[in-house]
Amino acid sequence: MNVDIIFKIAAVGILIAVINQVLVKAGRDEIAMMTTLAGIVVVLLMVINMINQLFNSVKSIFRFY
Amino acid sequence: MNIIQVVAIGLTAAVMAVIVKQQRQDIALLISLAAGTVIFLLVLGNINAVVETINSMVRKSNLDTVYITTILKVIGIAYIAEFGSQICKDAGETAIASKIEMGGKILIMILALPVLTALLEVIIKILP
Repeated sequence: MNVDIIFKIAAVGILIAVINQVLVKAGRDEIAMMTTLAGIVVVLLMVINMINQLFNSVKSIFRFY
Repeated sequence: MNIIQVVAIGLTAAVMAVIVKQQRQDIALLISLAAGTVIFLLVLGNINAVVETINSMVRKSNLDTVYITTILKVIGIAYIAEFGSQICKDAGETAIASKIEMGGKILIMILALPVLTALLEVIIKILP
């Protein structure tokens, strides 16, 4: 089952939070923002596949075609 | 037991979302989104069996399949709209959530329109 995607997202979130804080403490605010943006995009790409699968399953089960 | 799996996934996702939310609220939202999708995909196979059974019963009883298809479509639209609006509410965007619900209601109304016209035609036929 694809349960591990939840763990992956949580890991990415914690990692980004740590990187962000380190960069902010180091005074690199703009790079910190870029890391945040990259993390959000990565997680979105992970989730969007599953949402596509969900919508396709709902469409086929409830006869949307 | 499937229900234990579902509850375990939900509780784990909730704990992780709470932990991550302190640092990053956007990722916490995505965790809840992923958890909802995983749980729904887990129970989807069972829904498929129920729908197949209902379809075969309708076919045996010689009813018009248009009506049962309409009902299934309405259930699907309701589920997807509810999913989206709950996620939006979780993110704190209540206005967008209510717009999604409105869109779902209007689409359901459009789907239900042929059934309503069929009913009216039957009534008109019965009336002298």
